[in-house]
Amino acid sequence: MNPPVATPFFFYLLAGIMMIGGILVITRKNAVHSALALITTLLAQAGIYLMLYAPFVAGVQIILYAGGIMVLFLFVIMLINLERTMKERQFNKQWLVGIIAAAALGGLFIAVFTKGSTLFPEGRSLYVEADNTQRVAALLFDRTTGTYMFSFEIASLLLLVAIIGAVVMAKKRI
Amino acid sequence: MHEFIDYILKYLKSDQTPGAAGNVFWAAVYILIVFGGLSVAVIAMNWLERKILAHMQVRLGPMRVGPHGLLQPIADAIKLLLKEDIMPAEADGFVFWMAPLIVVLSAFTVFVVVPFGPTHAITDMNIGILFMLGVSSLSVLGVVMAGWASNSHYPLIGALRSSAQMVSYEVAMGLAVVSVILMTSLNPGEQGVGTLSMIGIVQAQLKQGTWFIFKFFPLGLIGFFIFAVSMVAETNRAPFDLPEAESELTAGFHTEYSGFRWSLFFLAEYSAMIAVSSIAVTLWLGGWLRPFPNLLNGATWDLAFSLVPGLTFLLFAAICFFNTARMPKHPLFRVQTMGLAAFGVVLGLIGLAMFVPPVRDRVGDIFWFSAKVAGFMYLYIWYRGTFPRYRFDQLMKVGWKILLPMGLALLILTATAGFLEEPVKEWLHRL
Repeated sequence: MNPPVATPFFFYLLAGIMMIGGILVITRKNAVHSALALITTLLAQAGIYLMLYAPFVAGVQIILYAGGIMVLFLFVIMLINLERTMKERQFNKQWLVGIIAAAALGGLFIAVFTKGSTLFPEGRSLYVEADNTQRVAALLFDRTTGTYMFSFEIASLLLLVAIIGAVVMAKKRI
Repeated sequence: MHEFIDYILKYLKSDQTPGAAGNVFWAAVYILIVFGGLSVAVIAMNWLERKILAHMQVRLGPMRVGPHGLLQPIADAIKLLLKEDIMPAEADGFVFWMAPLIVVLSAFTVFVVVPFGPTHAITDMNIGILFMLGVSSLSVLGVVMAGWASNSHYPLIGALRSSAQMVSYEVAMGLAVVSVILMTSLNPGEQGVGTLSMIGIVQAQLKQGTWFIFKFFPLGLIGFFIFAVSMVAETNRAPFDLPEAESELTAGFHTEYSGFRWSLFFLAEYSAMIAVSSIAVTLWLGGWLRPFPNLLNGATWDLAFSLVPGLTFLLFAAICFFNTARMPKHPLFRVQTMGLAAFGVVLGLIGLAMFVPPVRDRVGDIFWFSAKVAGFMYLYIWYRGTFPRYRFDQLMKVGWKILLPMGLALLILTATAGFLEEPVKEWLHRL
């Protein structure tokens, strides 16, 4: 059969791209550059999904995040005045809270990394790449195995509420 | 060395795509063939567009470079390569440099999953159509980046204009595609399991015995119509060519680009046209299937249809020879006459090669796929020659207020029709 793609080399490559992209997002002064770095991160993340044999999730990630949401981000960024924001000093008044949160998250990661094998159930079978889409659909819509239908619909309702809220706030007269 | 040759030969006996067989060598060969074929198609398209458009407007079109202007695209390519490469002084260098690359890469990468035949695809992905839509939606990013990085007002406004257009039509396009994916789950015998794979979609049409454009008439036709309109808008072509609009607006996002970088945008536009046409052909027009594969089956019909590719090329060669005979007999035209005759000979030899049985069996599916795509290419030129350009508010109105509700209704109706198909058949059977 085919040689497996999920080699450590690809993982470290993609994870490295994600880390560099993530650091660039918060360090660039130019907001457009930050957005582009975020796109790179999201694309590398799609690659990680592919490595986990979840091509459907990877495809949706590219369409929704890289192709849809980030384009709207760029739209908004381009409409604001970049020259003035470029001159401003970058600052963050919540640095203390930030450090505490980062330390907590780091501690959590280390804890999971050291005793991860006891935290997670073992032996959960990986879905085969060839019918990933069908499995996802079965998890959502199948009469017997469809356990996530309700949460899926609730999430879409949440998005609808957000859209209506945005319209109400933007339009003075409806 | 011996193992390597074995590795190469082993694939020839398999009936899989190189991607599925995991054969790197043949995958590379297929990629090169597709890339080369695509470049030739873009060059041919460039010439054909000028010629056909000219003939529609009762002009001659390019006539000077080569016989009937056949070498004009090559002359243009050389001109573009030799032009000075200008970058505006205040431009954002890196983003300015990246933008055309992203557009070209996304336009070419989608061809990884285009099925030219059951085995003639670089690879077959489980998420084929999703991959095509996703990667081609990345080209919007390149457009936005190009407009912003130029650091000039016209490109920025142009980029906002064209990306708004591309994003809005993607929605209607997606809905039309989803209705086809619903249809793939209705194969007789294995109901309820659809597919996103491009090869799987064509095979579903073979199993169901109909092109999806005729499925649930007129639902398939409406879906095809929605896709056919939004794919023109998606590729920024007339009558939706607001990004360029050379006669009334300053050219859009690529105003500041020149020379080779500009030609990359041009290349990407044509390659994207071919890509979306191949999506339309795969989803609605039966992909690589020849006409009536179920109705006119059997060895005789197979043989008859396998002769069509060769005959087509012989017809092209005959046209060339006919025009060679019509060339002016002046000595100044001697080189051109010889060139045209040589072109005819090349086409004729290709046609003859297609009659050889091993070649004949292998090129049939590629030929039918390319012929269908070529039909779409002609439609693109025809639109450009006939339709007046939409105003921007009209364009938005068509996208959001007509195509999107139509797509939603189509989705619901297709799902209902698919759900009712079996019970109605049973009921009719009982009568």
